[in-house]
Amino acid sequence: MSREHGKGMSLIVKTVTRLTVGLILLYGIYIVLHGHLSPGGGFAGGVIIALSFIHLMLAYGKEIALKKLSKPILSLFESIGAITFLSIALLGFSGGYFFLNFISKGKPFKLFSAGIIPFCNIAICLKVGAGLFAIFVVLVLLKFDAENKE
Amino acid sequence: MTELYLLLIFMIIAAIIAIEIKDLLSSIIAVGAVGLGLSIVFLILKAPDVAITQLVVEILCLIILIRATLKKDLLFSTTGRWFLNTLIVAGFISIFLFVAGKALRELPEFGRPIMKVAATYLKEGLSKTGATNLVASVILDFRAYDTLGEATVLFTAVIGVLAVARRVGRKKQGSELEEED
Repeated sequence: MSREHGKGMSLIVKTVTRLTVGLILLYGIYIVLHGHLSPGGGFAGGVIIALSFIHLMLAYGKEIALKKLSKPILSLFESIGAITFLSIALLGFSGGYFFLNFISKGKPFKLFSAGIIPFCNIAICLKVGAGLFAIFVVLVLLKFDAENKE
Repeated sequence: MTELYLLLIFMIIAAIIAIEIKDLLSSIIAVGAVGLGLSIVFLILKAPDVAITQLVVEILCLIILIRATLKKDLLFSTTGRWFLNTLIVAGFISIFLFVAGKALRELPEFGRPIMKVAATYLKEGLSKTGATNLVASVILDFRAYDTLGEATVLFTAVIGVLAVARRVGRKKQGSELEEED
């Protein structure tokens, strides 16, 4: 079972994955960007984005998925997300206090509205998506190593 | 309310199956059934944000459980001090029920929250933050400290997993040298 997973699954699974993985990624980005207008938000959208890469990795094997998003880049994205969230919070000191909504609110129901909330959503999405995909990659690689040694 | 209780009974049955069954894959699928039932419960209680998050995280946990921890030769420890373990568990459950029974009497009735804080958020959320999704306005504006704490918890968890399961530390025990990734 593990040897086949190294190269990926069958042709049917690969074809369906090629058709659907882009849609899943786009849906995750939609949920993140519309987090302040409709249900969803940074956490759920980030997990959906991580799931699209996990989908790719399950169907095509670890080499192709890690070529698109390798482990150092994952660590970089997660740190960027955390630092962005903190710096948005710290920028609130320019107007008074921590987490101040310092950008103009705009009109309701528009995509560019609600001040800092969309940017916070994007930062949390980067952090959650990269972090959860990194956990999955590390656990799978650990299992591969354990099987190779036996 | 009836479908809510049906779902709760379904979740309890699935949880008992997940504990008692011998096959690991069936147990993981029963855990997934509990999570999906919980997401439908959130949807019935009119919390779509929590329902989406619960559904998505449940799928991720299921994939990680199946893909990364499922092995044929996983050891089962069926023998052991079952009498002492059962006694300790029963003691803890009775203590928990006693304390919870005292605490739950102080809570307001189910479905009728005291709208002291929430009424302010509902009234002034749109004008103060400009976000039409009030959940987003609460978790990223009014209560952003909680989100910061949650992000810190996740960051720490990822760092912990990456540190425990890294390759460099385990290479010293193995005899053969692996190439760098």
